[in-house]
Amino acid sequence: MTTLHSLLELGSTPTERRRDRAVRLSLLTLAALALASCAAYLLYDVQGSWSYALSLRSRQLGALVVVGVAIGVSSVVFQTIAGSRILTPSVMGFDSLYVLIQTVFVASLGGAALTLGVVERFVVNAVLLATFGVLLFRWLFRRNSRNLYVLVMIGIVLGAFFQSLAVLMSRVLTPDDYLTLQQLTFASFTTVNPTLLGVAALVTVAGLAALVPMLRQVDVVDLGKDNAIALGVDYHRVVTRVLLVSVLLVAVSAALVGPMLFLGLIVANLARQVVRTNRHRALAIGAGLLGAVICVLGQFIVAHVFGLTTTFSVVVNLVGGVYFIILLLRTTRL
Amino acid sequence: MTLARPAVADRPTAGPVTGADRRGGRVHGRHLLVGLLLLAIGSYLSLSIGAVKIPLGDMFHPSEQQWRIITLSRMPRTIAILLAGAALAVAGLIMQRITQNSYVSPSTSGTVEAAIFGVLLATLLVPGAGLTDKMLIALATALIGTFGFLQILQRVRVRDPIVVALIGIMYGGVIGALTTYLAYRNDLLQLLEIWTTASFSSIQAGQYEPLYLVVFVGAVGYLFADRFTVVGMGREFATNLGVNYRFVLYVGLIVVSVMAATVVVVVGSIPFLGLIVPNIVRIWLGDNVRVVLPVTALAGAGFVLACDIVGRLIRYPYEIPVGVVGGVVGAGVFIWLIVRAQSKGRA
Repeated sequence: MTTLHSLLELGSTPTERRRDRAVRLSLLTLAALALASCAAYLLYDVQGSWSYALSLRSRQLGALVVVGVAIGVSSVVFQTIAGSRILTPSVMGFDSLYVLIQTVFVASLGGAALTLGVVERFVVNAVLLATFGVLLFRWLFRRNSRNLYVLVMIGIVLGAFFQSLAVLMSRVLTPDDYLTLQQLTFASFTTVNPTLLGVAALVTVAGLAALVPMLRQVDVVDLGKDNAIALGVDYHRVVTRVLLVSVLLVAVSAALVGPMLFLGLIVANLARQVVRTNRHRALAIGAGLLGAVICVLGQFIVAHVFGLTTTFSVVVNLVGGVYFIILLLRTTRL
Repeated sequence: MTLARPAVADRPTAGPVTGADRRGGRVHGRHLLVGLLLLAIGSYLSLSIGAVKIPLGDMFHPSEQQWRIITLSRMPRTIAILLAGAALAVAGLIMQRITQNSYVSPSTSGTVEAAIFGVLLATLLVPGAGLTDKMLIALATALIGTFGFLQILQRVRVRDPIVVALIGIMYGGVIGALTTYLAYRNDLLQLLEIWTTASFSSIQAGQYEPLYLVVFVGAVGYLFADRFTVVGMGREFATNLGVNYRFVLYVGLIVVSVMAATVVVVVGSIPFLGLIVPNIVRIWLGDNVRVVLPVTALAGAGFVLACDIVGRLIRYPYEIPVGVVGGVVGAGVFIWLIVRAQSKGRA
């Protein structure tokens, strides 16, 4: 009910102002934290050639920031249109779908897939993902709009389904095509293709730009479908557009680093706790910043504290799995 | 067919009366017979398919070379397939009875993941560990893992079966992430794939025999079948009926863990098998464990046999691991089961 409250009472009472100030403070803190972690990532413990280290590290940093922002923002808005704090695009199996699409792509084109430029390939994959993603979302939400846990379960099993289908297809490929596939899908934070990074950054910026004007309507959608429609919001249009943008952002992160099942879940829920508001403009900024902070700091810790004896995604899965269980228990008790 | 025992179905049923119970034992006997027949045909095919084709007709009078291929490779492989499939399906059935939740199975409760963790531990801690060492350690970790899951369930008292299964999947995922962490540290990621993706391609005489343990454990499971259902109804209910709750619960845990651990060590994990097979048999035959258990074992064996044959044929003469084929089919059927239960519940 706080949402309704803050929406209707636009006048700036002292409590309102205090809350706004707290939100602004948390956003500023996050921004400072993001800058600090970026600086630390670039400059800490450089040995040998500075120019080499800086160019390598700035590429890695670029990928980390883009992925963090894309996952953070897309997860937080997706949570809202899905109406649940445990639903994120990754939990619904979207990034496994991206990997599957890429595999099918190589399987049907073979080596010819390589002749397409990075940009064209990304566009084709992203468009396919958007189409299937929206269809999938529609199917799921028409069927099981009442029981959210069933949705989560179907999403997770679908993720496993897409994943094993992709493995199956990659096993059927000829060795040549398999090599092509590996060249196309090999993705990690430590080796970043500069062209792909450029495309990903551009798409992320474009996606965010398209999202910003919709965020006020997302605030209203947060009140529930019936309320939103009663308040004059074109519910289906907003949901479809937000969905398209989040699928696009998922494609960005999946192309850059592959599936990260729980990153969005952690970032979005932490963002909601740090930035205590239901206004999505602030929430999205907070989630984007927090995503960048978590990615950069996480990779920094993996590299310098663990000495690369583990990977960021393993840590995310470990922490994220526990966090997911806790979230499940908390939401079912209520 | 001495295996078909119509009298069994006349025992009082534990679950709600279903069509199959009312129709009596004859149906049950016929199902078993048809199942056995299909399995026999499948096994026969399985013996003939491989890089060296053995024509079906030659099977009755093989040449010396063909005979060696059959006894050293094809026969062990087929037996391993049947035993592993039956074991995982029965383990799933027992877990579903104990937890009274049809979405619980060794692969959605951390059992399989804990067993894989154990195999990795054995490889790391016991240099030159043989099959027996690995099995013992995997069994211990599988027991601890499953027990931990049941403890979580009892603590939190969640009622929604889907939430329970989600917790189980995540719990398994956390154990899996820990395993990956350990494997990555020690450069064993490639080895890990052997246990996470089941494959029968390397099964030969001398490498699958521990799987026979499953038959013995399965017999124990059959003897305790009804009591597992009673235990699933809760501690007080079970005690009122004169069932030793703790004892039966531990028997069930041990049976499930032995089965899962053995299969993981010898073959690797086949995702969702233990979940979907008992559910499909249940949709079809009803709830009486004693009736359902043998059919479930047959169906599990048949499922794995079919997946393995398909995996051998898709890219002949190369092979696709059964875990991959089974993963696709298993996940697909699982989704169908959830959607089906949902639309039924609504209607």
